Amino acid sequence: MSNNNSEFSSEFSAVGKRIPKLDAAQKAMGRAEYIQDIKMPGMLYGKILYSKYAHANIVKIDTSKAMALSGVHAVLTGEDVPKKMKMGFYKDNPPIKKGKVCSFRDEVAAVAATSPEIAKKALDLIEIQYEELPGIFDPERAMEKDSPLVHEYHKSNVLNLPWKLHYGDVEKAQKEAAFVVEDRFTTTWVTHCCMGTSGAVALFDASDNLTIYSNTQIPSLAQKDFLEALKAMGLENKRARVIKPIIGGGFGSKLDTYAYEHIAILLAYKCRKPVKVTFDRVEEFKATSTRQPAIINIKQGCDRNGKLLFRDIKMILDNGAYTSWGATTPSVMMMPITSLYRVENVRYDAKCVYTNNTYSQAMRGYGNPQATFAIESSMDMLAEKAGIKPIEFRRINRNHPGDNTPQGFKITTCGLGECIDEVEKELINDTPKEKGVGIGVASLIHVGGGARIYKSDGCGAILKMDDYGKVNIFTGGTDMGQGMDNITAQIVAEELGLFVEDINVVHTDTDVCPWDVGAHASRSTFVAGNAALGAAKKVKKKLLKLGSKILDAPAENLVLRNRLIFVPDDPEKSMPIDKLLRKVHFSPGGTMLMADHFYDPKNENMGKDFKGNMSMTYTFGVHGVKVKVDEETGKVEVLEYIAAHDVGRAINPLLLEGQVYGGVVMGLGYALTEEVVHKNGENMNANFRDYKLFTAKDAVKIKAPILETPDKEGPFGAKGIGEPGCVPTAPAVANAIYDAVGVRIKDLPITPEKVLAALKEKNK
Amino acid sequence: MTTNISFLLNGDKISYDIKEHWTLLHLLREKLGLIGTKEGCGNGECGACTVIIDKMAVNSCLYLAIEADGKTIETIEGLASTDGTLHPIQQSFVDNGGIQCGFCSPGMIMSSKALLDENPDASREEIKHALAGNICRCTGYIQIFESVEAAQEKVAANKGGKDE
Repeated sequence: MSNNNSEFSSEFSAVGKRIPKLDAAQKAMGRAEYIQDIKMPGMLYGKILYSKYAHANIVKIDTSKAMALSGVHAVLTGEDVPKKMKMGFYKDNPPIKKGKVCSFRDEVAAVAATSPEIAKKALDLIEIQYEELPGIFDPERAMEKDSPLVHEYHKSNVLNLPWKLHYGDVEKAQKEAAFVVEDRFTTTWVTHCCMGTSGAVALFDASDNLTIYSNTQIPSLAQKDFLEALKAMGLENKRARVIKPIIGGGFGSKLDTYAYEHIAILLAYKCRKPVKVTFDRVEEFKATSTRQPAIINIKQGCDRNGKLLFRDIKMILDNGAYTSWGATTPSVMMMPITSLYRVENVRYDAKCVYTNNTYSQAMRGYGNPQATFAIESSMDMLAEKAGIKPIEFRRINRNHPGDNTPQGFKITTCGLGECIDEVEKELINDTPKEKGVGIGVASLIHVGGGARIYKSDGCGAILKMDDYGKVNIFTGGTDMGQGMDNITAQIVAEELGLFVEDINVVHTDTDVCPWDVGAHASRSTFVAGNAALGAAKKVKKKLLKLGSKILDAPAENLVLRNRLIFVPDDPEKSMPIDKLLRKVHFSPGGTMLMADHFYDPKNENMGKDFKGNMSMTYTFGVHGVKVKVDEETGKVEVLEYIAAHDVGRAINPLLLEGQVYGGVVMGLGYALTEEVVHKNGENMNANFRDYKLFTAKDAVKIKAPILETPDKEGPFGAKGIGEPGCVPTAPAVANAIYDAVGVRIKDLPITPEKVLAALKEKNK
Repeated sequence: MTTNISFLLNGDKISYDIKEHWTLLHLLREKLGLIGTKEGCGNGECGACTVIIDKMAVNSCLYLAIEADGKTIETIEGLASTDGTLHPIQQSFVDNGGIQCGFCSPGMIMSSKALLDENPDASREEIKHALAGNICRCTGYIQIFESVEAAQEKVAANKGGKDE
């Protein structure tokens, strides 16, 4: 795509370069320390006992035998948890349950011991008498009047969180529509499968201040949660310091604080020793939160020319037994619902319903994959009904730069049209199709310039330069493998004329790093990037002013590049930056260069009508996929995949491609193989043999063209790209399967069994 | 019961009193402090704990320490030169985006090394086969394959150099 903005010079030295991930070498050498690798003198090992039932009263707990075991330092039950210690924004989840359990993953006791083996043995010695209660596992059934209540005090299984919007006039638009389609789509539980499992190490100092090591994606909000926990424990006005080790994958799983963290805190306080709680893989499957399953009824209509007239969606979300951010995913689902393609009349109604299943959380895309599966499947159905080619139908209705959508999103840059062209050029041609082969496309919109979900969408950065021309930048941003560290370093290096290896990015410790709302919403490049850029700009201004004096040249003539400050074409007026730094430091009235910057984007919280410009800019993309369906077995093989994204500017194409490839493969798992199987609330496939991730053998060929549309608000024009790769994958695959063999699968994952059953039904 | 075993670990002779139920992974991580070898599942399903035993890539979480007696074992810590220069496969993973969160990387690199030591000219299909037991959730594998392929030339060149 052409770059017609003169502000953006192609003469970058660090931005746009394929610079390897800064911590890759230490990871390659096995030197990176993850939560599993942390050991401290005197450290105890915590283990958690979970419920044996999906729904039951706890009649009696006897911990005496466990307590008596040599090496056991503490045993906690729900009775030991302060009343006000509750997790999640809905505050319905104590870290250890008391009186009643509402799901299989409910924590009922916890132990700290001198070894993991002793802690495990102690769990086996805890005797609990349950009285089983009827469970409710189907959210639609849970909404019925006679259904058992998950939480009696709540009076209803429907959460008091109505997601409802209506823009334009859907009824009128429906009457005017020439073609209308309506259907029901369902998605199930999938889980993050971070290779590094969850865990925390908590310890208290002599003054009862807490330090907690946790592989969290939200250090600042976690700090707030832990301060509240301390307060509930009667420890007012204490400090909570959150330190992040190297994080073995996040994908949204660590966007809340959890029982294992709170339990580590409680045990550490009780034992006055460091306590480490880490999950094994079975626990990681059973006791971490999934993507929110959704039941989606969607109706869309268009006029004779294919112009989309309305979109009407009703949704039911299985909340599980407790409430985490999963229950707020409708806020992000609204984005594709109102703003993927131009559509003036939109109605959306979503209910979150308590069940005795596992509770859900954020997962890459935050509701967008579920909503886009329904929308983009339905778009293909509508295109067929209107007699328009799917790709053409999308071109007719595409968003344009400068659009204001019904929800109040201000589309700034938008490369959706160009992405459509790219996928068409690469994948769609007039050669006759092979039997069983089909092509599908699906598009996406996602927040690309932060997302104001919380009160602040900000990120702080503190930058200091030393006497040797090196920079330390302390950022609120979080790196969990996605490359926030590189983006920060490349931006700072670019702005200050340094090399990337001159920049040390510190992002691990709330005692030294400023506030940030968290690594979510694909916001790190945009928000943490702008925070770093703001701090670098301030330091640059000082550097130029000081350089102007020392080199006797106007500041506006000075350039910072290759570790030098100089006037171009004047070899007399040039000095290494580190020399300048020493000169201004070691002279009377000396100075050192430091700056801070807090960047809070000018995006808007949604109002009561759910209107507001959630993000400063939006990322668009189109995915196209060619599949082959084996009509004997129902097996779907992905032959080719193209994922074209409009990314603003690629600060680091190497890492950006990695985000897209990884996102697409995660999306393909969502489409075809991944499912947490629950039987009456119990996880039946808590291992990698039965929870089917794509392996190296299943890896597919992916092309990931990067279309640049430099956005004037983004750092060097960049938009976010962490999540989009997995957003439209499932509908693209579903559409390709329909194109291949004429069956439409409306329930994820699209397993061979479902394809085969649909083929049988079709051929009846 | 305690048993004494001796083995060659990253070129060093090791003698250690082990308990018979210990896995090699336990011995490496908990007793010898070699944390580079990761436990991703403890069940032989993810490959994060891969080490090389007598030239074979092995899941050390399923391998009893007692079996290591008399064997030659390589772990991720033994790959780089003593001067800190990365092994060509490590460098290639760094340069080609083969590492994101990095938790699978030590195992992935060890499986790649076992493959290239045996078959320096491995095809894409052979690479896929060799890495089928190593799960990565971040990369979608593409940049991992590219890393292995980019390393092939260097590994082959090194081997040639030694033979001459």
